[in-house]
Amino acid sequence: MSGALLVLCDHDRGVLAEASLEALTFARDLAERLGAPCEAVVIGNGADTAAADLAAYGAEAVHVAAHDLLTDYGPEAWGATLAQLAEAVDAVAVAACGTDRGNEVLAHVAARLDEPFVANCRSIEPGGDSWSMTRIQWGGSLLEDATLTAGRKVVSVAHHAVEAAPAAAPAAGTVSPFAPDLDPSLARTLVTDRVVLTQGITLSTASVVVGGGRGVGSAEAFAPLEELAAELGGVVGCSRAVTNNGWRPHSDQVGQTGTRIAPVVYIASGISGAIQHWVGAMASKHILAINTDPEANMVTRADWAVIGDLHQVIPAVTEEVRRRRG
Amino acid sequence: MRILVCVKRVPAPGAKINVTADGLAVDTQHLGFTTSPHEECALEEAVQVTEQYGGEVTVLTLGPVAAEEQLRYAASVGAHKLVLVPIEEVDWDPQRTAAALTSAIGDLEATDGAFDLLLFGNESADAGGFQVGVRVAHALGRPIVNGIKGIDVGDGPVTARREIDGGFEVYEVPTPAVLGVKEGINLPRYPTMKGRLASKKAELTTSEQVVDAGGQDRVRLHRPVEQVSETVILGEGPDAAAAVVDVLEELGVLA
Ligand SMILES: Cc1cc2nc3c(=O)[nH]c(=O)nc-3n(C[C@H](O)[C@H](O)[C@H](O)COP(=O)(O)OP(=O)(O)OC[C@H]3O[C@@H](n4cnc5c(N)ncnc54)[C@H](O)[C@@H]3O)c2cc1C
Ligand SMILES: Nc1ncnc2c1ncn2[C@@H]1O[C@H](COP(=O)(O)O)[C@@H](O)[C@H]1O
Repeated sequence: MSGALLVLCDHDRGVLAEASLEALTFARDLAERLGAPCEAVVIGNGADTAAADLAAYGAEAVHVAAHDLLTDYGPEAWGATLAQLAEAVDAVAVAACGTDRGNEVLAHVAARLDEPFVANCRSIEPGGDSWSMTRIQWGGSLLEDATLTAGRKVVSVAHHAVEAAPAAAPAAGTVSPFAPDLDPSLARTLVTDRVVLTQGITLSTASVVVGGGRGVGSAEAFAPLEELAAELGGVVGCSRAVTNNGWRPHSDQVGQTGTRIAPVVYIASGISGAIQHWVGAMASKHILAINTDPEANMVTRADWAVIGDLHQVIPAVTEEVRRRRG
Repeated sequence: MRILVCVKRVPAPGAKINVTADGLAVDTQHLGFTTSPHEECALEEAVQVTEQYGGEVTVLTLGPVAAEEQLRYAASVGAHKLVLVPIEEVDWDPQRTAAALTSAIGDLEATDGAFDLLLFGNESADAGGFQVGVRVAHALGRPIVNGIKGIDVGDGPVTARREIDGGFEVYEVPTPAVLGVKEGINLPRYPTMKGRLASKKAELTTSEQVVDAGGQDRVRLHRPVEQVSETVILGEGPDAAAAVVDVLEELGVLA
C-alpha cells in the first residue's frame, strides 16, 4: 500500500468545520512523516466551495464526492463513499476529526473495510504495519497509549489535539471528482429533515457560566443562580447530580456526557468537581468555586474559592454587583 | 416491540482516575461500578417504548461475571431478559467486542426471533471507541444512526432525532434498526423496591463467545498532565462577596 493519507473534511454547506481544519493540520504532519501525500475528501452539498480552502491547509489533492444520495448527511452513504475512495486510491490511511460525525463516518468506513478504527488520537507515531498512538478515554480524563496493526489505518484526531494552521506553503490542492457507486438502500439513513432552533447565548459559547451542583438542593433554589447569571450576561450550567434529580434539563449539564464549556469565568457552586464534570469545565479560562467543603476537588482546582453556603454567598454577590453598578 | 440494549459495566471514579501498576486498567480497588450514562438512557428509552407499545427488553453485556450487577440493575428498572457474554480480561478491543456481541445477538435471534430495535450508547464511558454499535449494525446488515436524542416509534419507520449545532436532524429508519443513544434523551428512573426484588429473580443467561482479537491493542493507560494552580481563598460566607466582585471586575465580565 503506497497511496495517500485521506482526510475527511466536514463542512456545513461549504463552510469548513474548524475541527476539520485541525484534522487536516494534524494529518499533513503525519503524512509528511509517512512519506505519503495528504489528500482531502469533501462530500455533499457545498463540497465544491469547501474544496477551495483546503490547499492552503496542505491538501495535495481534493477529492470531491458527488452522488444523488450525498446531497445531505447520511452516515452509511458517507461511510460507503469514503471506504470506496480509500480502495480506489489505495489509501494508506483514512482520517477525520473526532467529532460525533467524524467518528461515526470512520466507524462505518472501518466496518466496511474490515479494519480496526482508533478514535480520538492526540498523537500518532507512524510505523509500517503497526502504528503507536496516544488516544483519549473517559472524554479526556484519561489517556491510552495503544498500537494499531492494520492494512489500511483508520484514525480520528481528537478535537484540540492541534491548533488548525495553514501550511507554510500551500499545496497543489488539485480537485478531482469522485463518483461512488452507492446502493439505493443507503437512503435509509439519510437526514430527512433539519430543524433549526433559534437560540441566544448558549452554554458552550457563554463568557460567564454560573454552575450549580447537588449543593443547590432543588430546582427552585436555582433562581438566585439565574439572577446572578443574568446580571453577568451569562447562563446557568449544572452537574449530572442536578439533571439526574430532574432539577434542570440535560442541556444545562456540563461534563463528559454533557456540554464542554470555555467561559472567561466559571462560577461553580455546590459542585464537588468529579472528574467527569471537570473534563467539561477545564477549558474555562478561570474558575471560581463556592463550596462548604474546602477540600472539594472543585475548590482545590479553582483559581479562587469562597468557603461557605452558596445560598448565602450567591445572593450576596448579586447584590454587590448591583450596588457597584448603582 | 422486541428491543435489545447493549450496556457496559464501567468503574465510577471520583475526583481522579487511578491506574493499576501494569497500566492496563483503571484501579478499581476503592471504586464502585456503574453503567455508561448513554446506555442507561438507552435502556430507559427501551423500557418506555415497551411500556407504551408492549414487548420485551433484553439487556446484553460483555464483561466480567461481576457485570451481573449491571444486568440486575437493568432488570430493576424494567428489563425483562439479561444476557452476559463473560470475558476474563479487563476489556476487549472494539472489533472483538463487536464480533462477540454480533454473534450473541445472532444466537438470541435464532431462538427467540429478530429484535425490532437494537440500542447502543453513542460511546462507552471508559474506552470511548465510538464504533461497537456501528460494527454490529454493519455485520447484521441493519441501518444505524448515532447521537440520538429522540425516538418515536409508530407503525412505520422509527423517527430518530439527533442534535446538531443550533438544532436537530431527523432520520426515518426502517426496522429492524439500530440506534446509538445519547444521555439527555430521557431521565432514567430509579429502581423501586418492587423492581429491586423482581430483579433478583430475573432470568440471566450466559452466552460464551470465542472470537479473535482485533487490530487495536492497549499498551498502557496514564493520566494527562495537569496544570496545578494555587487556589486563592477569597473569604468565607457572604462577607466574601466584595472580593468576588473585585475578581469579576478584573476579569472584565461586569461591563
Ligand atoms: C461515565 C460517567 C459520566 C458522567 N458524566 C458527568 C457529566 O457529564 N457531568 C457531571 O457533572 N457529572 C457526570 N458524572 C457524575 C459525576 O461522577 C458526579 O457524580 C457528579 O458530577 C456529582 O455532582 P455534584 O458535584 O453536583 O454532586 P456531589 O458530588 O454530591 O457534590 C456536591 C458538592 O456540593 C457541596 N455543597 C453541599 N451543600 C452546599 C452548600 N449549601 N453550599 C455550597 N456547597 C455545598 C458539597 O461540599 C459537595 O462538594 C458522570 C459519571 C460517570 C460515571
Ligand atoms: N463490553 C460491552 N458490552 C456491551 N455493550 C458494549 C460493550 N462495549 C461497548 N458496548 C456498546 O457499544 C457502544 C459503543 O461503545 P464504544 O465503541 O466502546 O464507544 C456502547 O455505548 C455500548 O452500548
